[in-house]
Amino acid sequence: MVDIPEHLLIRSAEARAKALGISVEQALAEMKGETEPTVVAKEPEVKVIDETPAPAAETPAPAAETPAPAASKTDTPEEVDFAPEVKVTQRLLTVVKAKPIQKPVAEPVDKVNTWPHLMLPEFVSLMAMTAFLILLSAILQAPLLEEANPNVTPNPAKAPWYFLGLQELLSYWDPQIAGVMIPLVLGVVLWMAFPYIDRNPETHPSKRKFAIMFYTFFLAGAGVLTIIGVLFRGPGWNWTYPWIDGIWFDDLLDWIHFE
Amino acid sequence: MQKLSLRDKIKEARISAADSFRGGKLMSSIFRPGSPFRKGYVDSPRNRSYVVMNNVLYHLHPVKVKRHGVRLSYTLCLGGLSFFLFIVLTITGIWLMFYFRPTELAYVDIQNLQTSIAFGSLVRNMHRWGAHLMVLVVFLHMSRVFYHGAYKAPREFNWVIGVILLLLTLLLSFTGYLLPWDQLAIWAVTVGGNMAGYTPVIGAQAKFGLFAGLEATTATLLRFYVLHVLFLPFIIVIFMAVHFWRVRKDGGISGPL
Repeated sequence: MVDIPEHLLIRSAEARAKALGISVEQALAEMKGETEPTVVAKEPEVKVIDETPAPAAETPAPAAETPAPAASKTDTPEEVDFAPEVKVTQRLLTVVKAKPIQKPVAEPVDKVNTWPHLMLPEFVSLMAMTAFLILLSAILQAPLLEEANPNVTPNPAKAPWYFLGLQELLSYWDPQIAGVMIPLVLGVVLWMAFPYIDRNPETHPSKRKFAIMFYTFFLAGAGVLTIIGVLFRGPGWNWTYPWIDGIWFDDLLDWIHFE
Repeated sequence: MQKLSLRDKIKEARISAADSFRGGKLMSSIFRPGSPFRKGYVDSPRNRSYVVMNNVLYHLHPVKVKRHGVRLSYTLCLGGLSFFLFIVLTITGIWLMFYFRPTELAYVDIQNLQTSIAFGSLVRNMHRWGAHLMVLVVFLHMSRVFYHGAYKAPREFNWVIGVILLLLTLLLSFTGYLLPWDQLAIWAVTVGGNMAGYTPVIGAQAKFGLFAGLEATTATLLRFYVLHVLFLPFIIVIFMAVHFWRVRKDGGISGPL
């Protein structure tokens, strides 16, 4: 017999002792052939490797009727019978559920070539926009009033149209609220943070009615305020009707006329 | 065999000369494989990919896009049109810079531009109406994105960049508003600058910084000019680059609904 180092022997004896439930000394003695090997009545239970606990029940416990280890019967070769219900020559170690190791993440998407299906409509819309802009510029003259004079204040003095909603708000409330807090807090901070506030993952309009309502309300409010600021405010920021008192917004002077 | 007339012979020679030019070394060095300008371009899936991949400008786009995204009714081209208007404004703006001095002479320069420079009036009008259109189109683009819920994960941060781009667009338009140096310009900017003066804590400083003084003067004009032609375009181009890049990285166009 080949000399097996003592520490390896002890380690395997410990493993065997643990598996069979006997003391280490006995296992060591058995391994050295000093005593009869322990006969296990029952094989270790089959371990089912599976993440989900439920299917464990469907694997039968094959260990119950399995006979004692083959080692104790090797001295009776004439009894060998190949009928599986009598002799078990192989046993079930694990049951691995049949599923792919890698899960496909991306679903196939219906795609078309960018050229020509996207770039052609894009090109046409650019051309249309260019034509529209040139036509607009040929028809409508950009305003140019008298030279800037800090000593002559026009009445009313109006901001560019995209700030006129704000200017209108300024006429209602304290400038610190209307002129700064609303555009800064509502307009910038809230607006930028919107995707982080709205955690609803749905994109279909019918499933995000509040968000749609919120935005539409904002849009309508901004639109109404801007239109009031542009068309309905005259000298002293008083209410005027454009069809009675005329337009008090110089940017529009040349291209909207009411008789 | 029918004898060719002189006219046909000339035509044939012209076609073969054009062919050998298109297939020659010069043209194939300029245009990369898959370009429709190269000889022997055929409409094949491979060449359709090459058209996009092998061109620095078209390369903004992926080779393929989602089918629902190319429907005009989905995006209305609003993002692309915003970018296009920015380019138009850059070109017309550079042209206008040749005739404009941001000093007391600004008003005279605009007058001269309108009266004595070829196409001066047209280009100025294009720049002004284009700027108004760009504010409008950017705003509509934002609304389109909102109604499609396109700001949702993973596109949250691109929405933030988009809001920054809207603010920069407004600032660009606002700084440009002063440059004609007429009564409309100076008083609109005075109203806007006074609004900035209401900022809590740093209101006075913000107003002073914006006006380069206590009120709108030619110093303000120079300040707005530099902001308008150099500083803000520089900033907005950086944000635009990130915006477009994130569109691709976040999986292209959103949807379908």
